[in-house]
Parts: sequence; C-alpha cells; structure tokens
Amino acid sequence: MTQRLPLVIFAIVIAVIPFIPGIPPFWIVLLDNIGLAALVAMGLVLLTGVGGLTSFGQAAFCGFGAYTTAVLTTAYGVSPWLTLPASLLVSGIAAVLLGIVTVRLSGHYLPLGTIAWGIGLFYLFSKLEFLGRNDGISGIPPLSIGGFRMLSPDTIYYAIWIAVLIAAILTMNLLDSRTGRAIRALRRGHVAAEAFGVQTPRAKLLVFIYAAVLAGLSGWLYAHFQRAANPTPFGAQAGIEYLFIAVVGGAGYVWGAVLGAGIVVILKEVLQSYLPYIFGGQSQLETIVFGIMLVLLLQLAPSGVWPWLMSRLPFKPARKTPDTSLKLPARGRAPATSGVLLHIEKARKQFGGVVAVNDVSFEVNAREIVALIGPNGAGKSTTFNLITGVLTATSGKIFVLGKEVENAPPQEVVKLGVSRTFQHVKLVPDMTVLENVAIGAHLRGSSGAISSMLRLDRADEARLLAEAARQIERVGLSDQIDQLAGSLSLGQQRIVEIARALCVDPMLLLLDEPAAGLRHLEKQRLAALLRQLRDGGMSVLLVEHDMGFVMDLADRIVVLDFGTKIAEGTPAAIKANPDVIKAYLGAAA
Amino acid sequence: MSALLTVADVHISYGKVEAVRGVSLDVGDNEIVTIIGANGAGKTTLLNAIMGILPLKGRTTFAGIDMAQSDIEDRVASGLSLVPEHRELFGTMNVEDNLQLGAFRIAKATAATSLEKVYTLFPRLKERRKQLAGTLSGGEQQMLAMGRALMGAPKLLMLDEPSLGLAPIIVADIFRTVSELRTAGVSVLLVEQNAQAALQIADRAYVMELGEFVLSGTAKQIASNKRVAASYLGFQHEGESAI
Amino acid sequence: MNTTILLFLLQDGVTNGAIYALLGLALVLVFAVTRVILIPQGEFVTYGALSYAMLATGQVPGTVRLAVAMGIVAFGLDLFFARKALRARLVLRSAALNIAFPIALLAVTYAVAGPKTPIAVNIALSLLIVAAIGLFLYRIAFQPIAHTSVLVLLIASVGCHLALQGLGLVFFGAEGLRGPALSNVALTAGPLRFTGQSLAVYGLTIAFIIALWLFFGYSKTGKALRATAVNRLGARLVGIRTTLSGQIAFLLASVIGAISGILIVPITTLYYDTGFLIGLKGFIAAIIGGLVSYPLTAVAAILVGIVEAFSSFYASNFKEVIVFTLILPVLVLRSLAAPAVEEEKD
Repeated sequence: MTQRLPLVIFAIVIAVIPFIPGIPPFWIVLLDNIGLAALVAMGLVLLTGVGGLTSFGQAAFCGFGAYTTAVLTTAYGVSPWLTLPASLLVSGIAAVLLGIVTVRLSGHYLPLGTIAWGIGLFYLFSKLEFLGRNDGISGIPPLSIGGFRMLSPDTIYYAIWIAVLIAAILTMNLLDSRTGRAIRALRRGHVAAEAFGVQTPRAKLLVFIYAAVLAGLSGWLYAHFQRAANPTPFGAQAGIEYLFIAVVGGAGYVWGAVLGAGIVVILKEVLQSYLPYIFGGQSQLETIVFGIMLVLLLQLAPSGVWPWLMSRLPFKPARKTPDTSLKLPARGRAPATSGVLLHIEKARKQFGGVVAVNDVSFEVNAREIVALIGPNGAGKSTTFNLITGVLTATSGKIFVLGKEVENAPPQEVVKLGVSRTFQHVKLVPDMTVLENVAIGAHLRGSSGAISSMLRLDRADEARLLAEAARQIERVGLSDQIDQLAGSLSLGQQRIVEIARALCVDPMLLLLDEPAAGLRHLEKQRLAALLRQLRDGGMSVLLVEHDMGFVMDLADRIVVLDFGTKIAEGTPAAIKANPDVIKAYLGAAA
Repeated sequence: MSALLTVADVHISYGKVEAVRGVSLDVGDNEIVTIIGANGAGKTTLLNAIMGILPLKGRTTFAGIDMAQSDIEDRVASGLSLVPEHRELFGTMNVEDNLQLGAFRIAKATAATSLEKVYTLFPRLKERRKQLAGTLSGGEQQMLAMGRALMGAPKLLMLDEPSLGLAPIIVADIFRTVSELRTAGVSVLLVEQNAQAALQIADRAYVMELGEFVLSGTAKQIASNKRVAASYLGFQHEGESAI
Repeated sequence: MNTTILLFLLQDGVTNGAIYALLGLALVLVFAVTRVILIPQGEFVTYGALSYAMLATGQVPGTVRLAVAMGIVAFGLDLFFARKALRARLVLRSAALNIAFPIALLAVTYAVAGPKTPIAVNIALSLLIVAAIGLFLYRIAFQPIAHTSVLVLLIASVGCHLALQGLGLVFFGAEGLRGPALSNVALTAGPLRFTGQSLAVYGLTIAFIIALWLFFGYSKTGKALRATAVNRLGARLVGIRTTLSGQIAFLLASVIGAISGILIVPITTLYYDTGFLIGLKGFIAAIIGGLVSYPLTAVAAILVGIVEAFSSFYASNFKEVIVFTLILPVLVLRSLAAPAVEEEKD
C-alpha cells in the first residue's frame, strides 16, 4: 500500500532515533515534548482546522488528564495503567459538559468562550486544595511494564510516540469516512450538512470530545513524564500555544500537528537558550520574540507550513476510483407514485415586523416540475427554507405525502425524501467532487466514528462512494470527479449540488436557481436531465429567474411577489396573466 | 473619440488559474459599453480588477493617467466608480447615510446637490430615506447602490449585473435609468448576463467567453451576430452549431 | 450582611465596572471596525498606568523607546509596500507620523521628565506614548493581514499580547507600581466616601460613552468608521480608506486603555501582567454586549464589576473562576439569539 509507506518510514525513523550513537539525551527530551504537544495539536487539527471550532482551552483538558492520574496514583495508590482510562474518561466527561455549552456558540463567540473557561479552569486548578493549589502534586510514580520503569526521557519516549502514531492513524481514518465528511462539512456552516441528515451539534460534540481525549492522553503522559503536575502548563498561555502549533503546522493537516509541534518546541528551546546570550539576562525575552514570530508567520504563511511543504513535493497522492458496480439499497419509500406529494397550506413566515412569506398555499404533484418565480426578496428562498425545515413557519401547515411535517428539523425532512440545492452554493471547496456528493448519501450509510477509526466501515464506505460516483456520472461531471469542488466554475458547482441532492434518492427535488451561471447549451442539458428525472418518477420544485428556461421546462408555475402568491398556472397562462405582467414580467415577456 | 478608460492586454489570475487572458477594451466619453457573456466568463473578475479590488497584469489608464500604482480609493477619487454584483451596501445604516457616504471624497456643498440629483433620478429612495438599507427590496437596493455610486460624481460608472435577481419589470426601469446617465455626462461600462437588455441600450459591446473577448463591435452588429444570438439571446437557429 | 458592606461592595463594583466599561467600549469599537479581537488591550492599560507611574517618579519609561522602534518598523513597512510608487508626499507624510512624531515624543519626555513634572504633563505624555504604540501596532501587525479571517486576526492579536506583555516586564520590572492620585478631593454621602479618583472614573466613563455615541451617530468620520465595520468592500468603493479607519480605531482604543490605566493605578498596585486580566473582564462585558452594542456593554461591565466585588468578598479564592464562568450562560444566550440563517464564513 503506497499510502501507508510514508507512515511506516516515519515510524521506523522515530523508532531508531534513540539508538543513533552520540545523540544528546537532551534531544530525546525535546522529542518527548514534541510528541506530547503533537497529541494535543492533533485534536486541534480536527477541532479547529477541519471542524472550524477554534479552541484556546485545550490545555485545560491536558490538566484534567494529568490531575486525574496525579490524584489517583498519589492519594489512592492506583497503578498508572489503570489511571489511563480514568484520565481519558475524566477529560471526555469534562468535554461533554463544556462541549454541550461550547458547540452551541456561534462565530467568534466560540473561541472567546474557550478562552473564558480555559482561564476559569486554570484558576480552579490553582485554588483547589486537593489538587495542591499553586504547588500542584508531585511524586507521581513512573509508568512501568513488569519491572521496567520508564524513569528516563528515552524510555517514556516510546510510550509517547506510540500514542502519537496511533492517534495519527485513527484521526486519518476518521477523516476519510462518512463521519469524517460530516465533520469536514461543519466548517462551511451547518445548513448544508443538516440538509443531508447530519446531526451537526452531535458531530461538533464528537470532535470536541475527541480533541479533549487526545489532550487528556497527552496530560496523562505528561504527568508520568514530569512525575508532577502543577497548574502552569494548563493555563491560558499553554492553550494559546497549542493553537499556535496547529496553525503553524497547518490547521487541517494531521501531520501538520506533528510538524508544528516540532517547529514550535524547538524554536522555544532555541530562544530560551540563546536569547539571553544575545540580549543579556533579561527574562521573558523568548515570549516577546515568540509573539513577534507568531505575527510574522501569520503574515507570511497564514495557511501553515505543512501545506506549503506538500505543494512543493513532486508527487501527488493517488486517489482511488470507486467501484460503481456496488449498489446501495434504494431508500424505503412510500408507495404513492401519484397524487399530491407536497402540500403547503397558508404557510407564513415573519421576521420581526416583516412578512417574508404571507399565507402561501400550493401543491406539488407526483411526476411534476413546478417553478416558483418572483423578484428577489419575494420569499422564494424563504419558502424553500420552510419546506426543508431550516426555518420554522410562523403559522400554516406543510404536508409531505399527506403527513404534516410540523416544523421538523432539516435532518427529519430529508428522511421523507425531500432534498435540495442552495441559491448560494454550499459545497466544501477543499473536498473533492466525489466527497462532496457522498455527503448526500449520509443517511444511507450507517458507520459511526469508532468503526471508521478502526476501518470497520470499508464495505459501507465503498457503497456510499459508488452511489456518489453514479450520481456524478448521471449529471455529466465524471471528468471532474476528483477535482476539488472549489476549483469548479460556479455553474458546475450548482450541478454538483444537484448530484449531491440526488444521492438522497429523493422523490422531491428542490432546486434553488439551478440554471444561474449556465450557458445556453448547458441549460438545455440541465432541462433534459430534469425532464428525465420527472419521467423516472421524481418531482421537482425549482426557483429560477431565467424565464426562457422556466417557461420551457415547468409543468406549472407559482408566482410570488412580496411574500404573497399572486398567480398559479401553466406557463402559457402565467405569461398572459395581467397581474404577473404588472408585478413581475413587464410588457415584453 | 478620446478614451476615458483604456485596458490593454490584461491578464488576471486566481492562483494558477488564469481567469482573464489578454483582454483589451476602451470606453469613451458619454458612451455606454457593455460586456456580455455567461456567468464564469470572467466579466466580474475584469471589472473588479479595473477597480483595483483584484491585481492584474497589463496596462490600464483612466482619464489619461496610468492606474498601475493607484489603489481602490485613489481610483474612486479620480472619478471611477463600481456598483458591484453584490451591491455591498451598508445594510445597518439608513438610505440617506448610505448616499452621503457615497460622497465621502466630495466637498460638502457638491454632495448636497448630488443628493438632490440622485433623489430626482430615484424618487423611491427619497421616500425611504430613513429606512435601513438592508430592509429594502432587491430593486430598491440596486437603485441605492447606483445612487451611492453616483453621489461620488463619477466620470465612469461600472455596473456589474444590475439586473441580477430583479423582476423583469424592474430591470426595464433600471436599464432606462442607465441610458439616461449618458445625458448627464456619465459613461457606463455595463456587465450583463441579460444580453438582450444590455445590447438595447449600449453603444458598443464586447462578448466574453472563458476569459477572452471573442467578439466586439457596435451593439447593433453584436445583436445581429448569429453566434451571439444562439449562445446568449436564446434564439434557436436550426442546423447551426451554437458554440 | 449589613447595608454598609452592601453599599461598599456596590460602590467598589461600580468603580471597577466603569473601568471595564471603558475597555469594553474600546474592544467593541476595534472589533466592529477591524474585526480584530483586541487581546493586547490589557497591555495598553498597563503601559498607560505604569508609564504614568514611572514618569511620576521622574524616570523615563521604556515605552517611549518602544514607540520610536515601532515607528521605524512602521515607516519601513510603509516604504516597502509603496516601493513601486514612491511619491515624495507619501514618504514625507509617513516619515512625519512614524519617525518625527515618536522621536519628538522621546525628546520631550527626556527633556521634561523629573520628579517635579506636573501631573497633567505626565498624563499627556503617557497618553501620547500609548497612542503612538497603538497606532503603530495596527500598522505593523494587523494592516498587512486586514483581509484575513477573524481567527487569523485573533491569533495575531494573541501574539501581540505575548510580545507586549514580555516587553512590559523589561520596561517596568516584576515589581508592582502605584501612581499619584489625580486629585485629593473627597466627598462623603452617608456611609460612602467618594474620592476624587472614583468621581473621575465615573465622569470619564460617562463622557466617553456620550462622546462615542455622538462621534458614531453624527460625524462624517464616525459614519465612515461604521461603514467600514458594516461592509469593508463597500467602504473602499466609496473611497473610505479602511487602513485609516483601522488606525483611528486602534488610536482610540489605545488612548481609552491608557486612560483606564491611569485612572486605576492610584487605587491599586499594577504589575506588568495585570492588564491582561483587567482587559479580559472588559471582554466579558463586550461579549455580553454582543461586540456591537455600546450601551449594553457599559451596563454589562458594571454588572461584571459588581459580581467581582461580591465574589471577592464571599469567595475570594474563586473570584476569577466565578467571573469567567459567568460568561458561559451569556455566550449561550447570545448564540441562541443569533439568527438561525447562517453567517457566510470568511
């Protein structure tokens, strides 16, 4: 396996380093510190770089890990290996409690929140009697296997780096999976992910806990490495440093965490030992230089060192092509293939005093293409958001297949077989077309985080990717399947969104301005695809401004103006409707 | 014809992708020039680069002065103005504040008369002067964006997709106003997907495809070009390859 | 608890809260205009306070040398970024602001510094020094990355905090300092005694809030700053220089920080790293105000001050824990109140 080769080489290099004759023992200490920092940073890579949740508080979770083992081993005489699960559990539970609050924070409130509880916990550590207040706890026993006690830096070295390697493998496995795609989609906002059934708060909490457990592991190792624990390494400063490491290495890259840890730990060491020679014995000089370098780095390489390094390597990682012969079972669907699919009854949405959707009623039947037209601000996208559960209606009812939806969240609506695209394209630009489309099939897979980490999800995963590839082929983008979604033209990105929506195996497809950005011929191709879908039994509700496209394609048209339905009928009837001409089309339609 | 704006052999790249390749155009005094083409052809990129929002390679001069060294704010001060695709209004400020900020680089007395002119051009804005810009309808926002740009008394107004997302009936209104600007001594460079409407009011036109100009000429010539008709105006010409 | 203690704690809380309010206002201002979450705000407090305290003892504080050094770097950056089009006018303007101004400040400070220098002069000098540092800090650290995400700006902000705090130790040493009171007037009302110092705190806070309100609501520059905050590109398109807006915001924030420092240094001993914690409490207030609302920020700041005063009376060990935990429910409420339709990520 060529993909595993760099990992094996890395593991061998790490394994032989202590055997290099004449290597200064101090270097091993540095490597130990790098490994400890890399563990925490790896959690941050997932949390911040991939999931978009910036945390300044990771050092506090190291504290939970370290203090748990410190208390259990010194006060209760528990064996260090038994405290490992306890340390991980305590960090995990702390993460659940803090996470429930934290992941609900939006935008920049989240990093600020982490600063706040990071500082709060630091003060808590330094004030609690049973944690030894500011002095902390010392006399923690070393790790030992049989009679072999890991007393020196070069013996615990293996424990640390085995932990780093395992964490790296698990993290990479997790990222390359159904759950991983859901996590990677978080950074672009929750609406798109939720539209395909991702429980975003749960996914956020998952990465939050995962990152905390890695930090707890680092703290546990730290406590047995230092054989002592005091509040200082778990304070705000350390939390900031871990984030710095992740950003330096390249937040978003697992190996960036290791590289970043290497750079920062060595840099700090160099600064601490050499600055006093240059500037005399002034204290804290390394902090000053450290701060300045941080600012400089952000100005010169804001995306970090790892991606910069990778873009300079001659070879590119190969991508597997999915085996399209694998089939996902069709979604269990209600038998109704005729009659009313979607029924909207007096739906109303008010934002403050503004009525965005004013008691709008209409229906979409099976095997029908219905267009929703009207000027911007007429309430078309709001109507879409009401149907898909992104917004809750102020009043009115929405039925899918005769069953009232009752303000169900998007994750429930999609289960009914209603899938959608967005007016402002919501793809993850740094994921491939295939990976983006596979998010559409999220609900049709079942593997969870743990099975992904352990690679027990491969059969499930292969079926999901096969389905995604099939839908990409259907919309005619097979040539772009391995390109990053962000590199496609806007028109093509809209088509990718359609493929993603098709992965749901929907009975009703909601398309928000699918033709915008397409050239005339591409529009014709899109229209042909939509007709083919309709003839295959699907219904389509679309918002579109291109009147030529709409009049040609739609079976029925609903016209909205200022949130109110002003007309409904066949294209011919709409073109001739005096109200529509007056409010929307104008004289020359 | 003295050229107000000249753009010579301009290239614009996003990273490694070249979005605009070797484009040249000019706009004279009292002239309406339009660039038509599909979304993604590079029209918006070109306008943004002329305004200084994006860096470009090539030569651009405005009112006889090389613009290589001037930034957005300098260009605004010299009489170049852009109404961008997303309008970029100050949503939480009211209509009049938006307009007055449009005259940020203009003397106070001139700004007062500009305000009257804009209100005459768009009476709707006067009615809604105390309303927050973010609460206006799409058409009113477009009017406000144009009004704000006109407050700076520009020599050349660049409009990026003014018809985007508006009702056809409002589009007609906006285009009528654009054609009136010429009589007020303002030149217009108009980027539009709605080729039909744009060609009706323009003097000259360029057709852009995949980052290059493939055709140029008077608006009449372009409108009667069969290839343009097939690709952009939506007429079907049987038996002919559209592209 | 008897009424006297209650009143005393309230008074203490309000005085501290007023300081947090000033800082909170500055943070809101800077965030709104530049999207920078100004962690080094605390350093402006310390620099202002301790420069003033050192001047009062007749010493020249190291901050003025820092201002000169930063000015030189800022000048270098100006030259570097304008290297393709060096116009004499531009160079002269930059030299005047970045070189001549701090050097003049340095010269004046050395000339007048002495044990007998009037308090007003010391205050003016401290304010000017910190103002220069604030201005140059924006030019050096933030202007080159002004277009990046809030997160990148936040991390850069943390970097500035580390560097400035480290420099603070170099300039002021590890020992705490106190400064002379602005006035020795005192009023008594019932059991409460109002010192001139606390009255100055109240007065200045109210004056600043009114001044900011007038500035942003009615002046052309204030509106331009708001416009920059609402829509950077829109602001540039009407010819507002966003770099200038950023500089003005940093200038105001650094002056407000320094004033806060000068107001408290006669009341409490300040150390080189005290500012960080004080600044963070201003933050809590600013966050409660949603980083947008000035009046809400001011009210929240007073509340933070009162909570702090009461918790230091009842559970002094856990004072900080309580104050920082207080923020979490607020953040949750804030996030819930945020619109359900998502913000486009930058």
